[in-house]
Amino acid sequence: MKGPTGRPPLWSYWIVLPSFVVLWALTAWLLQSPLLPTPANVLDTMVRESASGELWHHLGATLARVVVAFVLAMAIGTAIGIVMGRSQTTNALFDPLLVLLLNLPALVTIILMYVWFGLVEVAAVMAVVINKVPNVAVTVREGARSLDYRLEEMATVYEFTRWQRLREVWVPQLFPYLMAATRGGLALIWKIVLVVELLGRSSGVGFQLHMAFQVFDVAAILAYSLAFIAVVQLIELAILQPLERRSSRWRQPEAAHA
Amino acid sequence: MLELRIAGRDFGQPVLGEVFATVSRGDRICLLGPSGIGKTTLLNAIAGLDKSVPESAVIGREQLRVGYLFQEHRLLPWRTLHANLRLVGASDDEAGTLLGQVGLAGYGHYLPDQLSLGMARRAALARCLAVKPDLLLLDEPFASLDPIMAGELKALIAGILNSQPDMAMICVTHDGGDAAILANRLWYLDGKPARLQWDDVLAEPGLVDGLLGRLRDLDLTGS
Repeated sequence: MKGPTGRPPLWSYWIVLPSFVVLWALTAWLLQSPLLPTPANVLDTMVRESASGELWHHLGATLARVVVAFVLAMAIGTAIGIVMGRSQTTNALFDPLLVLLLNLPALVTIILMYVWFGLVEVAAVMAVVINKVPNVAVTVREGARSLDYRLEEMATVYEFTRWQRLREVWVPQLFPYLMAATRGGLALIWKIVLVVELLGRSSGVGFQLHMAFQVFDVAAILAYSLAFIAVVQLIELAILQPLERRSSRWRQPEAAHA
Repeated sequence: MLELRIAGRDFGQPVLGEVFATVSRGDRICLLGPSGIGKTTLLNAIAGLDKSVPESAVIGREQLRVGYLFQEHRLLPWRTLHANLRLVGASDDEAGTLLGQVGLAGYGHYLPDQLSLGMARRAALARCLAVKPDLLLLDEPFASLDPIMAGELKALIAGILNSQPDMAMICVTHDGGDAAILANRLWYLDGKPARLQWDDVLAEPGLVDGLLGRLRDLDLTGS
């Protein structure tokens, strides 16, 4: 028996997701409760919010925080991960801290940042970065440990500059690990950003969810959530997948005809 | 141009003993010795890859450009042959010329893993030459090639040595026959810890005879 591998075929998405919407519509129609709006209600809310510009404003604010936090977390986490993977001493120094941070609930970091630095943008982004850096560092550390020493020796003999070594020797080998960190990172970061916004910002999807929660506006909650899921999927399809395809082309080269 | 004053090299137990030797321009040294005796270790020490051998033990290397042909090609698998040569300092034209010189004209846009073992090794040799080396280090350049490919590569290396009389070479090999073709000097590494048992300069006319006489005393075939 062949187990399921990789992505299921595309048609499964076209059958399962619409069926789910139909099921949701039926349930909502049967219940007739304001706590479960119909898909049409949600779509209606989405169109209204988007026409007024509200949706775009808050989506944009959230996306900006996600991007800034993501870039910072990846840069810091990658640097720490490489150093930890290459140096026993650094690993011994940082590993206990990493264990501590990995097990620290996101909510605690967010609260502490807000308490210590106030309800400001920097505190919000820092809270997200602190939550994500340990994951990136751990993943990249694995990659840095598996760097091929034979290519290291080659780079030493041929006097590669630091920049050449990073760009030409390390990054291609770390690429699968960086992609794993990116995938996991994006999924984690946007969820944390929503909590950060809910607790202490006055813009963003998280803030809107908070407002909708106050008045039990479930249609708005679903509208904003679906809009953001769509954005995240778009990033996956338009940026991550093409990037991954392009950068792993060398892995399955066709044999030379010679 | 290069002076070795290696005091020894440990992997828990001594692998390499004292190695004292000088290498001059135009020296074509074949480094012979039984398997696992430390020939590659010595080559790495000379190349500066061995952190446990202090820099002061290899005098003059800093001033030399070194080309090292490793046992594996060690080209960057994600870069084309052309890009691999460009990375070590060859210009566009030089990269093309060098690939032509090693019989890989037209292969510049190939990735290393698209090539056969013999072709990849020739591409790696082209990279050695791209740095315009004063010292060429070859680690078993003919290992695991079929006899025809090995013969071609020997002829290629012999040709390169002829055209660049100032370049020095140190070539690790098991095969006395390689030495007969390429060497004008012979190192034999043996013992525990390993030392250079011979350091013979082979006079041109008696080169093959002298070498064969030496080799008759040894049984290198088993190693």
